[in-house]
Amino acid sequence: MRILVGDMTDPVSNPVKPHPAARIKLARDQASHVVVAIGGAWRLDADLPDLDRIDAELFAEPGPASIAFETSDLVAWDSGLVSYLASLAWRCRERGIEVKEEGLPDGIQALLRLASSVPERRAEGRDEHADPFLRRFGLDFIDLARSTGEILAFIGEVTLALRAMLSGRARFRRSELWLLVEEVGADALPIISLISFLVGLILGYIGDQQLAQFGARIFVADLVGLAIVIQMGALITAIVLAGRTGAAFAAQLGTMQVNEEIDALRTLGISPVEFLVLPRLIALVAMTPLLAIYANLMGILGGAFAGTVVGGLSPTEYFTQTVAAIGWNHITQGLISATVFGAIVAVSGCLRGMQSGRSAAAVGEATTSAVVTAIVFIVIASAGLTIVFDAIGLS
Amino acid sequence: MSSQAAENRTDPMSADRPTKPPSAALQSEPQSEPISKPTSKPTSKQADPHILLDAVSVGYGETVIQRDLSFGVRRGDVFVIMGGSGSGKSTLMRSLIGLLAPQAGRILFDGESFWGAPEQARTRRMRRNGVMYQSGALWSSMTLEENVALPLEQYTNLRRGQIHEVAVYKLALVGLAAYCDYYPSEISGGMRKRVGVARAMALDPDILFFDEPSAGLDPLSARLLDDLILELRESLGTTMVVVTHDLASIFAIADDSVFLDAATRTMLTTGNPRDLREHCEIKLVRDFLSRGGE
Repeated sequence: MRILVGDMTDPVSNPVKPHPAARIKLARDQASHVVVAIGGAWRLDADLPDLDRIDAELFAEPGPASIAFETSDLVAWDSGLVSYLASLAWRCRERGIEVKEEGLPDGIQALLRLASSVPERRAEGRDEHADPFLRRFGLDFIDLARSTGEILAFIGEVTLALRAMLSGRARFRRSELWLLVEEVGADALPIISLISFLVGLILGYIGDQQLAQFGARIFVADLVGLAIVIQMGALITAIVLAGRTGAAFAAQLGTMQVNEEIDALRTLGISPVEFLVLPRLIALVAMTPLLAIYANLMGILGGAFAGTVVGGLSPTEYFTQTVAAIGWNHITQGLISATVFGAIVAVSGCLRGMQSGRSAAAVGEATTSAVVTAIVFIVIASAGLTIVFDAIGLS
Repeated sequence: MSSQAAENRTDPMSADRPTKPPSAALQSEPQSEPISKPTSKPTSKQADPHILLDAVSVGYGETVIQRDLSFGVRRGDVFVIMGGSGSGKSTLMRSLIGLLAPQAGRILFDGESFWGAPEQARTRRMRRNGVMYQSGALWSSMTLEENVALPLEQYTNLRRGQIHEVAVYKLALVGLAAYCDYYPSEISGGMRKRVGVARAMALDPDILFFDEPSAGLDPLSARLLDDLILELRESLGTTMVVVTHDLASIFAIADDSVFLDAATRTMLTTGNPRDLREHCEIKLVRDFLSRGGE
């Protein structure tokens, strides 16, 4: 330990006096020999001289054949000095200049020897050279094809697990399912209330402003009601769940991957898809439509608030108009969308969690990727479903 | 099922352990000759190795980490897979416990191919093996008792009360019966490993695998875990496969071993580590077993 830090002052008897600044001076006693005088306190927390500044002076033509050190003025030192000297010695060796270390304190000499004796071994098979563009493009493409394959394989596995569940063979704990239902459903109510109420309010407010221009204020109830019930309620619920629950699923499963907990299930012959993914999928698919119905109600309430307070409609008027505008077909559309979105959130969260690597950074990436995947597929599915609903005459 | 199977296994065990021929341990080549050890009941089943590897290569993707591994693990032995860091010990274990298909070769349990079998047969086989993972790998959302009980819930027809009894008994075997209702995050690393052992033993496995049992433990806890391994082997006759590079532990528990080398990417020798330390003709192995000094 003693060799790591050298301090030639006595800090106890003289605690107040600050250390003198680190300094370095070159002296050419002969043409081919340079003495480097090092003085002051060389500590990492002090201002240290820049190696490049003496570089020019030291290696000025004709370069010296050898350098030596003089350290009688050195007050204190730590790694700040050793690293400085190590790179100085490295530069000298590169130019074939002899470095005479005898003038340095013993501790520094020992550390310099240690630093220069580490064999430069690198892990085999680590490929670092940059790939040409075409190769990278090809590799990315192969990656894309593979990840698509992985997604399909995962969906296949989930389907098999669902079949096993329907025939009563799936292995998972019922108690865990109820816990998940609570986490996914009931615990999400506050944030869904807030967001859907405010979205309804904003829709109502903007709608009222526009419709007031041609005296059709009452139709704000139709606008808010239909927008929320057909699309927005399900979409709000799905996006909140993607951020709240999908991310949690990915983080849980990813951490289980890091902890070898998923391996422990596999080696017991328990399918992680049945045991972990299935209850999460069921919980989300069951809860998303229910949450969407709740989001619909809160959204309409928000619209009603805007319609009555800003638009001056009576509450009865507003609700009668809403009820008249919304049909069962609209509600059905919203609920089908919500169910599909719930499945998307669950599958992306679990997929990214199961794919997660075995490090903290990988779990973070899995979580991010779960949310992004979910939202991308929710938007795509939302567009696709609109077309399908139109085609089958539900809209 | 448990008591009967345990009885069958304990019998030959106690008889054949002390009489192991040292010559078998000395050979540096893979065990090509049939194992000729005197047993009290010389049935054909006991002469066969419990686990047999035949020219196995393991690795990830296109990278081969170990190639051409051929050795046998005798029934009731504590078999150590040793080697330096990065030599592929854990990778080989992943193949043995069914998590990573070997790139080539065959792994036989009781003479039956493990990876060549259909998935259902492999899963059945995996259920008869217990695995203790390096960090315990306890399911963090369950209490210790639930951790041990889960395999019993899934694979036995025991009633709830019976499962509770068995789980508490297994935890008692590792000295943790008082911690039944604790969660894994509430106990120390050494205790987690012991619960990992209890869970691995839940279904009375034929073979127990240990991944670095002494890693991260203080010397006393490591010793306790070694003692536990030996006691379980004595009383249940379970075959133990232990991945470790901890010398104290190797000499304390191993009957037989294989040495994996990172540089040549294959096995260098098999045999009892004590004999290898004294008599192995490969210097690397002797150095490894004597911490580089002789």
